[in-house]
Amino acid sequence: MKAVTLKNIVKTYDEGKVLAVDDISLEIDKGELFGLIGPDGAGKTSIFRILTTLLLADKGTASVDGFDVVKDYVSIRERIGYMPGKFSLYQDLTVKENLHFFATLFDTTIQENYELIKDIYDQIKPFNNRRAGKLSGGMKQKLALCCALIHKPEVLFLDEPTTGVDAVSRREFWEMLKRLKQQGITILVSTPYMDEAILCERIALIQHGRLMSVDTPQNIIAAYPVKLYAVKADNLYTLLSDLRKSEQVESSFAFGEYLHVTLTSGDISNASELKKHIAAQGHTNIEVEEMAPTIEDSFIRLTNENQNRNPLHKFNNR
Amino acid sequence: MKVLGYLLQKEFIQIFRDKSILAMMFVMPTVQLILIPLAMNFDVKNIDIVMVDNDHSSLSQQLISKIGASGYFRYVHAEPSYKKALSHIENGNADLAMEIPAGFERNLVREGIQKLSLSVDGINGTKAALGAAYLNAVIAGFNKTLSLNITGITQQTAAQPVIDITFSNWYNPLGEYKYYIVPGVLVLLLTLIGGFISALNIVKEQELGTIEQINVTPVKKWEFIVGKMVPFWVIGMIVFTLGLIVSWVVYGILPGGNIEVLYSFAAIYLIALLGFGLLISTYSDNQLQAMFIAYFFMLIFMLMSGLFTSVESMPAWARMIANLTPITHFIKVVRMIVLKGSGFADIRTEFIYMILFAVVLNGWAIWNYKKTN
Repeated sequence: MKAVTLKNIVKTYDEGKVLAVDDISLEIDKGELFGLIGPDGAGKTSIFRILTTLLLADKGTASVDGFDVVKDYVSIRERIGYMPGKFSLYQDLTVKENLHFFATLFDTTIQENYELIKDIYDQIKPFNNRRAGKLSGGMKQKLALCCALIHKPEVLFLDEPTTGVDAVSRREFWEMLKRLKQQGITILVSTPYMDEAILCERIALIQHGRLMSVDTPQNIIAAYPVKLYAVKADNLYTLLSDLRKSEQVESSFAFGEYLHVTLTSGDISNASELKKHIAAQGHTNIEVEEMAPTIEDSFIRLTNENQNRNPLHKFNNR
Repeated sequence: MKVLGYLLQKEFIQIFRDKSILAMMFVMPTVQLILIPLAMNFDVKNIDIVMVDNDHSSLSQQLISKIGASGYFRYVHAEPSYKKALSHIENGNADLAMEIPAGFERNLVREGIQKLSLSVDGINGTKAALGAAYLNAVIAGFNKTLSLNITGITQQTAAQPVIDITFSNWYNPLGEYKYYIVPGVLVLLLTLIGGFISALNIVKEQELGTIEQINVTPVKKWEFIVGKMVPFWVIGMIVFTLGLIVSWVVYGILPGGNIEVLYSFAAIYLIALLGFGLLISTYSDNQLQAMFIAYFFMLIFMLMSGLFTSVESMPAWARMIANLTPITHFIKVVRMIVLKGSGFADIRTEFIYMILFAVVLNGWAIWNYKKTN
């Protein structure tokens, strides 16, 4: 039995005017750490809310831990932990009161499942009597995770848990998720950060409510069809516009201090030829290197392919 | 049921933690119950009057001193001409100007008839109307004593038969305004506490997203709603008790009727009101919206409730609206029980009304709450 299944789920808002989830089907295995990767507004939260029985889908069926999200929503609510993107514990209750309260709602106690949250709870224990609203962002997030875990859920839903959290806390958070996975909990996590995708076992890339690709991050990267070059020169902005005008260049995007460039199947076929091509346009201090693509490169490429297929979203990215 | 216990525990922790709201819930009714009835005193005193005496006779002097002795009027000026007297009204220094024409005494004695002119500042309608009425009463009294003096000279006035009316105010012998207003204000405060705070509290959960976190737990809808209502019901009943104590200590008003009937009516009224608060919260997305919607209805409720004006004297359509608001019935019942000493039999109709309100408002709220989630 799969931990989570979605079959042809469609969800629209504003009486069908806004399409949030567009015919998504997906299966997640038990014990998997699964990532839903996509930008804001891609439909991640809608999927989470459908699976956590907070929202009814327009069409399609979904189940969590073998229970239907519509018929058996009561059973699902007993078996899942949900951490919404926005901190939604009681700000005027203390750390301990929050934890105690959510434990009692599931008819359990903090002690009963203490082992599960021990690693995380130990870090916030010194602030037991502090009100949740007065905690720092990282500590709020740990408390929210504790509260979502306190009843030992079968499936854990984490909606953008690392948004607005500093880099160190983010890394710590992913360490915690890996340890939780070892306890056999299925974890479904969504994030707009592409660099976190690689930390999941399997990911689904989602854009405009559609799944573009579902696979391991390694396979998605390996499926990148063309060579990718990292390019740099003195004037990055004119370089970008020059490259986008060039017939030889298929796509060019700014990534920090480098441009990521792919080529059409034209004359240029390696880094040094590309360097010459750029030098001919009058740029100085040019660096060109062939590079391994990242998830983000895959994401952008898949997005563009989808848009070119779908005439409604068509725009020229060159 | 166990879950409900935990929800209640949580609610009470939150209520007692928010010290300013807690203080507001208990200090506000106490202070307002002391202040509002004092301010809302419709007994008009200290009506400023300007005199224009063109006669300077002994009769005009008698009249003037009689007006002064009534205790309602305060002389601000005596002016030689009507024009100057009117300027005091224009400046807002006087409410009334009375002109005694020249030849006042002579004409009165000779012809048995005389005219006086009264000019009243109509901006403060109540004060003007009551001031003029008082003054008329004083002049009428003056007239009476006058007729005795001149009966011998002019026979025709003595021939008129006079019906002398004496009256007594039941349930409020001295006709004091506070007996009328204090029970009303008590209801008003209970309404504010019950209606506003419950509406805001539930929306707050929605606004902060905490309701989302509750919704993914096995907590049932009715448990959540009951868990929200019970604390405010308890607080409402405490506030009501506090209000009764204040009106006893400060105004010496003790309920004349059955206290159990009063409390059971208040209990049902609060349930109806909390249902109303819940209803508002199901129709609003944030606390500001809830606040405005609640305020809109509260204002209508207050003004149409019969607290300030008599419901019976409203036009038919307004009377219908007034009867459709629970507060109208509660004010009526509180006045009946507290002042009149009515028992259950007297208020049975209102009691049934209130139960209907409670069922309809709560039913509607729960129905709409389910629909939105």
